[in-house]
Amino acid sequence: MEQILANGIYLGAQYAMIALGLTLIFALMNVLNFAHGQLYVLGGFVTYTFYGQFGLPFVVALAMSCLTLAIVGALLERYLFGPVIRRSAREESTMLLAAAIAFLLDAIILLVFGEKQRGVPKIVDGVFNWDFRVIMPYDRILICFLAILAIVAFISYMQFTKTGRALRALAQDRTAAQLMGVDTARYSMIGFALGAMLAGLVGGLLVTITGVNLGMGGPTSVKAFMMVMIGGAGVISGAIAGGIILGFMEAIGLAVLSQYGDITYLLIFISLMIFLAIRPQGLMGKPWG
Amino acid sequence: MYRRTIIKGAAVALASLALTTAAHAENDTLKIGFVGVTSGPAAAWGISNVRSMETRAAWINEIGGVQIGDKTYDIEIVTFDDQKDPKRAIAGMEKMAQEGIRYVVGPNVDDGAAAVRPVAEANGIVYFPYAFPKELYSPPASNAVLGMVANYQSGPAIYKYLMESKGVKTVAFVAANESDPLSQRDGGVMAANALGMEVVSDNVTYQVDTSDFTPVITPVIRTQPDLLVLSGVSPAHAPQLIRSARELGYEGLISTETAQDATVLREGAGELANGFISVGGASTPEIASDAMVEFVDRYTKMFGEYNDESNTKVYALEYILETIRANPQAIDDVEVFKAAMDDFEAPNPFMKGNAALKYVGMTSFGQKRQVAVPLVVNVYRDGAFETLFVAEVD
Repeated sequence: MEQILANGIYLGAQYAMIALGLTLIFALMNVLNFAHGQLYVLGGFVTYTFYGQFGLPFVVALAMSCLTLAIVGALLERYLFGPVIRRSAREESTMLLAAAIAFLLDAIILLVFGEKQRGVPKIVDGVFNWDFRVIMPYDRILICFLAILAIVAFISYMQFTKTGRALRALAQDRTAAQLMGVDTARYSMIGFALGAMLAGLVGGLLVTITGVNLGMGGPTSVKAFMMVMIGGAGVISGAIAGGIILGFMEAIGLAVLSQYGDITYLLIFISLMIFLAIRPQGLMGKPWG
Repeated sequence: MYRRTIIKGAAVALASLALTTAAHAENDTLKIGFVGVTSGPAAAWGISNVRSMETRAAWINEIGGVQIGDKTYDIEIVTFDDQKDPKRAIAGMEKMAQEGIRYVVGPNVDDGAAAVRPVAEANGIVYFPYAFPKELYSPPASNAVLGMVANYQSGPAIYKYLMESKGVKTVAFVAANESDPLSQRDGGVMAANALGMEVVSDNVTYQVDTSDFTPVITPVIRTQPDLLVLSGVSPAHAPQLIRSARELGYEGLISTETAQDATVLREGAGELANGFISVGGASTPEIASDAMVEFVDRYTKMFGEYNDESNTKVYALEYILETIRANPQAIDDVEVFKAAMDDFEAPNPFMKGNAALKYVGMTSFGQKRQVAVPLVVNVYRDGAFETLFVAEVD
């Protein structure tokens, strides 16, 4: 039981981090960013390059991941999503654009970083073992702690800074925010950069645990969308709740149902379908959008 | 003055064009196909195929091409990414047929290899899958040639070796929830039971997109087997599974029947991967020939980094070309190729000694529909593979 709890907290924290960036971009721009998983993978590869290849301190590599992805996010918004949103009222235009960017990033990642699974040296050695009731490597505990810290920092940033308030205003009502003097173009770009930066941050953190490979982008996006659907699209607290719920469902399922084969995700998908049929807006989303 | 310059330039351009055309006209082109997975989580499997073929083709073309009968051919590799989707694999094989390609390497997985069978047979294509279903290679099927050693051939050899040399008595299996790993797990369980080993866990599986294996593998580790078999594990998952198992305190042996990459293991699991047993090809220093060393060198120069999976995947193209060279009519007629397989034999350029390229598979399939690549069982130690033992498949 203790092990399930520990695994659930760890998985929940990392999943919440993945979902945060996706839901932020959706809240600000109404864009379903299918390339979110690829941004996560790119963040992992940047940390791999600076920490694993160049031997720079992990913190520096992590900062490079955040910076690189923030720049990539800003450029994507400035030159691709922004113009498309201005020129097309159809929502599927941005969805198709996001899918195309996902394919493009996959191709670029293959060219630059290759097809192999990549990993980096452990940032902390050793394993916490509480009488074989809870076994958790120290690096996972550290990453879990850093993920929770990053979530708290992000919420504080959104809550207490001028930029955060502007972004929240933009998410609540774009026209009203514009009428109140918010520079929507500028803050859209900042918001997209922030969302991509979060993907880069979590990619950089998790490369120390899971490694990174070219094929992780698509499945990561799928899981992120599941979390957002559970919690409610465009709601920050919903993304966190969705991540934690999915993390615990996975931890419990893998521990309790392992003797029946791989049915954990089958049950998660069935539960999700039933849940969405009853509450399509998710736990914390609003039915009117 | 200006007009004269233009005329001169045009003359030089025409002369260059004529020379280039003449140079290219010397050799015809022989197209060899590849249909397999080069994107997604299993991309490394297909990419190592494609890169092996392209490296070898470039090498052959550089030294003047391959002589078949009284003609010399440059080799062109035509590739198709099936994304590990059987429907796309069929489309890929149809594309090969439309291009008049008679010999195809791939697909990489069971369902893709089974799906392309009707297309290959209807269009007279011989293909070299990296998939293990016996019905593909057993009569009445005749167009598929297994490109590697199957798990039901390597598994028993590894288990027997470990029983005799390490006293292994209990074994646990863990596999991805996909057709290939699951069928390899089932084959492994049967082999272990046949050898008298006790199977303590064989029902734990994981999603192919799993990124954290600790919760997955915890119930398996609690059974404390002497040997943990990672059935059909992909190179992307192997280091993570090894790392999770070791971090959970597992001290027994870990093995797989699939080919792995030493760099990936080093980066992903470090010294925790020491002692990991896998199946490899012919590049360990003990058995690699000068040609194999040069192949690795050329591959590395072309693509920046070598992939140890190519130790096995270098062979398919070599078998195709050498069999056609020995039987030139086979270039357009796969029936000639198939008829020649029973008696074909040529020197194996990638291994030291008197190793031969020949087709095998009589014991497993009742006909020779498998390339004879060496069954090299490797153990990983400190960033490199060491040869544990070498065996042959008949």
